Amino acid sequence: MDLVRKLAVLADAAKYDASCASSGGPRRDSLGTGGIGSTEGMGICHAYAPDGRCISLLKILLTNFCVYDCAYCINRRSSNVERARFSVNDVVTLTLDFYKRNYIEGLFLSSGIIRSPDYTMEQLVLVARKLRVDHRFGGYIHLKTIPDAAPELIADAGRWADRLSINVELPTESGLKKLAPEKNLRDIRAAMGQLRLRIDETEEEPRAPRFAPAGQSTQMIVGADAANDRDVLETSDTLYRNYRLRRVYYSAFSPIPDASSVLPPTAPPLVREHRLYQADWLLRFYGFTVEDIAPADAPDLPMDVDPKTAWALRHREQFPVDVNRADRETLLRVPGLGVRNVERLLDLRAHKTLRYQDLVRLRVPMKRVAAFIVTADHRPRADIESSALRPSVRSDAQGDLFGS
Amino acid sequence: MRRVGFTPGTGYEEWRGIARRLLRQGIAPEDVVWQRDAQDDLLADEAMPAPGENGSSARVPREFPVLADSVLAHSDPQAPALAYRLLWRLTHGEPGLLALSTDDDVVRAKAWEKSVHRDAHKMKAFVRFREVRAADGEPVYVAWFEPDHHVVERLAPFFVRRFAGMRWSILTPYRSVHWDGHETRFGPGALRSQAPGDDALEDLWRTYYASVFNPARLKVKAMTQQMPQKYWKNLPEARLIPPLVREAALRRDAMVEQELATPNRRTRPRAAVEPPPSGSLDEMRALAKDCRRCDLWKPATQTVFGEGPAHASVMLIGEQPGDQEDLAGKPFVGPAGRLLDRALAEAGLDRSQMYVTNTVKHFKFEPRGKLRLHKRADAAEQRACRPWLDGEIARVQPRLIVCLGSMAAQALLGSGFRLLQERGTWHQREDGSRVIATVHPSYLLRLPDAEAREQGFAAFVADLRRVATALND
Repeated sequence: MDLVRKLAVLADAAKYDASCASSGGPRRDSLGTGGIGSTEGMGICHAYAPDGRCISLLKILLTNFCVYDCAYCINRRSSNVERARFSVNDVVTLTLDFYKRNYIEGLFLSSGIIRSPDYTMEQLVLVARKLRVDHRFGGYIHLKTIPDAAPELIADAGRWADRLSINVELPTESGLKKLAPEKNLRDIRAAMGQLRLRIDETEEEPRAPRFAPAGQSTQMIVGADAANDRDVLETSDTLYRNYRLRRVYYSAFSPIPDASSVLPPTAPPLVREHRLYQADWLLRFYGFTVEDIAPADAPDLPMDVDPKTAWALRHREQFPVDVNRADRETLLRVPGLGVRNVERLLDLRAHKTLRYQDLVRLRVPMKRVAAFIVTADHRPRADIESSALRPSVRSDAQGDLFGS
Repeated sequence: MRRVGFTPGTGYEEWRGIARRLLRQGIAPEDVVWQRDAQDDLLADEAMPAPGENGSSARVPREFPVLADSVLAHSDPQAPALAYRLLWRLTHGEPGLLALSTDDDVVRAKAWEKSVHRDAHKMKAFVRFREVRAADGEPVYVAWFEPDHHVVERLAPFFVRRFAGMRWSILTPYRSVHWDGHETRFGPGALRSQAPGDDALEDLWRTYYASVFNPARLKVKAMTQQMPQKYWKNLPEARLIPPLVREAALRRDAMVEQELATPNRRTRPRAAVEPPPSGSLDEMRALAKDCRRCDLWKPATQTVFGEGPAHASVMLIGEQPGDQEDLAGKPFVGPAGRLLDRALAEAGLDRSQMYVTNTVKHFKFEPRGKLRLHKRADAAEQRACRPWLDGEIARVQPRLIVCLGSMAAQALLGSGFRLLQERGTWHQREDGSRVIATVHPSYLLRLPDAEAREQGFAAFVADLRRVATALND
């Protein structure tokens, strides 16, 4: 098989992994190393595919042969998909050639499990080591980590890679049992725990060997099993807290060629995925809890409004909020006010009293915000029912949060 | 009216020289016309004071030079005028101007700054090098790019840091920059025809671009927001966009409507390995990994089972795993574990000779912000976990059992046991083993002051010494 065909097969096989982030690494450049490559904290998206996703890394599998049989995965053992395998040198050369032409920020390498978890992990580590040592490559490297691989191999992986990730795959244990019979939540969590201990250790002890300075992340597939949004968000919340993940990626289950008969053959739930990202942001940066966003009596996020607006409509008694008086936490709960605008409003109000026009100039989306705030010269009508308000605060589910 | 010559893109230093002179002569912004290549009315005027003398001490906030530098890189011919108007207002009674994020001039300057930053960012992303051979046979990488603003100078250091180990040139209509592996050289603008027209790798890159696209997730608007069409003409992959978009719906429908696949039979599923539910300590440990007797497993990482020699003479029983134990899957590895190690050593006991375990095998915690706060397992959870502890004691058959903390003590000695009154005394069990209880090391960590901690530690060691003595009986 020629290189072009291998690339087509193994890039296609890797595309269901949502993450393409190259952020959060240490600052590093190639001055004086004789090699190429730099990372400066913020990743760069070098292209965008027509699905709106950023292309930042060369995201490929080493091979799509696999001994596992996970129903949602195009590479499962029982799938009839075309198989291919790169050599270690294929991947090294391809990464360098693409990088030199400024197509990519680096490499995101994953693999089907061949022979054994240890053998597979060894091959992945070998690619990273060759890039770093033989070619003095300073670009970004993300390695997918295999939960059952030996601890020494994981330690090696963390030495060469900027980020490691283990996919939790599905939000609930029952879903995992049904769709990915050879994987189990217990091993996945234990491996994440090991990664966190090593990452913490390196942060606390400057002389400790380097270990995944850009932290760890994971991915959950949404819409392949019966889990509701509350299940998904509770799992995320636990993962963020237990393992200090940098990101949890949500991937709307998308029909795949040669799909398994146990899965829904429908278009992917992209709006749901988008709402989950919004909810995830609220959990991490806006002081919301899972209980706020997806209470037990409404465990699924509404599709027609974003989760913050939905919360506000359920809690009309807490509005309107006076933007000249309210504290930071309260302002962050106003639909349509983001972290940046809240900071700006707080800065600005030290100098002057905020009026309606000030918010317009800050490009606050007043169509959505006006009903929830008070300014020096504006007060919303108090008698509007939530049901009447809802159509006017509807938000389009466009945009993409894959940037960081 | 003053005419001032200023070529866009020359940068902040040049502009500052001119602006200082204007300011010193008290010329208001509305009386200045900034023109590319204009005869300079101002510089002909030799009668003005040299820089650094009176009038040049205009103080501006620290963020002004940064803002002005970006504004001046903007391609709008009004950029130098806007920067000067800001400077004038800052030095004429409005020192806090830049904080007024709703002022017209500030809004405009910030918008231009943002658009310059965006342009620079997109240049980092969308420059595409093509490989050519230099006269000496070595590869050189050359790119053609058309930025909206004057950003080549500010970006050159970025490309140097990134591609220090190769020779490269970036050509743009207004300026070019070259790196030979040692130093940066700027040159005049260039023509597209001076850059190479192709690179052998581009087919491979297009293959990659087409393969990572998932036709089931078409979102053209999200793409063009981030990669506007004006950039497409210099991106080798962009020619694929129209056909990929056109065919996406067909490909998606084909996947949705396909016959569900018959599994590939070449590879048979592996038989799931069920551990035999029988009695050795190791088998029990394997079973405990999947324990669902209570709900503590749900948010926890793993079961933290006991560890140590299978027939140890001494068994240490703590309360329940903490944050670190949960992550590591081993008992007593956190701060309390380290304190325990120190105390054991002082009492002359060897932890590696003991079987160390907990009353409850899962970490229980309460989420608080980003932290996991330790929470005591309740009676039902302790009861649910009890068979594991009983199983461990029955298999290991220790001569001596040390309960660390009241949870363990009450589990073995009854709920009426009062730890602080009865610590350090031996109790006989029916199977002939002897039990002693003392405090949990984390209790010592929580004591308020150093003196109390020292006394507490000494008492703890004293209790452990009784174990050492009994062991040698």
